[in-house]
Amino acid sequence: MIWKTIKVNFHRLGSPPTFYRLAQVLSPWLWGGFVLCAAIGLYQALYVVPPDYQQSDSFRILYIHVPSAWQAMAGYVVMAILAVIALVWRIRTVEIMAMAGAPIGAAFTFICLATGSLWGRPMWGTWWAWDARLTSMLVLLFIYLGIMGLYAAFEDRRKGARVACILILVGVVNIPIIHFSVEWWTTLHQGATIRLFSGESTMHESMMPPLVWMTIAVKLMFGAALLDRARNDLLDQDRRKGWVQARLGEAA
Amino acid sequence: MTPTRKKRLTLVGLIVLGVSAATVVAITALQDNMMFFVTPSDVYAQTLPADRQIRLGGLVADGTVSRDPDSLAVTFGVTDGAHDVMVSFNGILPDLFREGQGVIAHGFLDDSGTFQAHEVLARHDETYMPPEVMRALEKAGHPTEANMPL
Repeated sequence: MIWKTIKVNFHRLGSPPTFYRLAQVLSPWLWGGFVLCAAIGLYQALYVVPPDYQQSDSFRILYIHVPSAWQAMAGYVVMAILAVIALVWRIRTVEIMAMAGAPIGAAFTFICLATGSLWGRPMWGTWWAWDARLTSMLVLLFIYLGIMGLYAAFEDRRKGARVACILILVGVVNIPIIHFSVEWWTTLHQGATIRLFSGESTMHESMMPPLVWMTIAVKLMFGAALLDRARNDLLDQDRRKGWVQARLGEAA
Repeated sequence: MTPTRKKRLTLVGLIVLGVSAATVVAITALQDNMMFFVTPSDVYAQTLPADRQIRLGGLVADGTVSRDPDSLAVTFGVTDGAHDVMVSFNGILPDLFREGQGVIAHGFLDDSGTFQAHEVLARHDETYMPPEVMRALEKAGHPTEANMPL
């Protein structure tokens, strides 16, 4: 009984007007949560946590760098799951969601690379090194840009989305490479500090809270931006359809 | 699931499987080239061609750093616990450079067995803690970075 209700409601989400309404309701809450979590996280990161014994205050950039890097990868996994659903079930709203994730993921990848570079110059002594971690992260940026380009290259948006979804699947192999690059090979980039499943994290507990807040913050921000972008794309694609006309008429 | 969807799902699975297999083969073949640096033990284990550019990684050995008072020239030993290589460098060292710190030197091994570096990078480890915790650890005789494996 409950299962059936869930199933029916899930199928309703495939309908553009229903999806549009849900995204419209959810998005302000996600943005609000992001602002709140980021405010707490940044305040703690900049004013509360003690400086590092070795890097002093420079280490604080990790509170932007690490959550961005995680989100760049997590965002890709979300897009890959959406891509599988889009390719197998051919649901238009899912195709649009998968495509909406690419520019956000690209932005997080860029933030990760830029903050890492700024930190690397004084700490390592170089802006950039072609080690496995940095290179695989740069490849992720190019994959994101490739998905955006491929989607934009087709006149038929649905066809473009399907082709770009295949590229998403091809690029999935890069995600474990990024994660394990610091274990499989010698790299300039340090190994993993935070371990969820194996072993102990090597960050003092007094430095952990802002990292948790910032990680939640960027997750909420990704969700909010994803829904907003998907909603805009949907409006643009359906601008001549009845439900959009009715909606715009209602707003005017 | 309808037969068409089953077929599409199989295709999706095959794409992921195929790409993964190709990547595993490529990475296995390129294993040596994926390494950013070699350790002093690697240097001892194989005879490198003269003037071959490599990156040497390890910890700055305690008590080996000597600076020329009139220039930027500096020499220091790089160790991985088993072997040491002397490195000679003329330039500005990164902020994190000190005894016991992980470093990566880019250069070549000259005829006398000294590593002539043209670039020295500091390698940061994955430990983060406040200064007072570090002091407390040192007081208690816990291993500091210099004794930790790379």
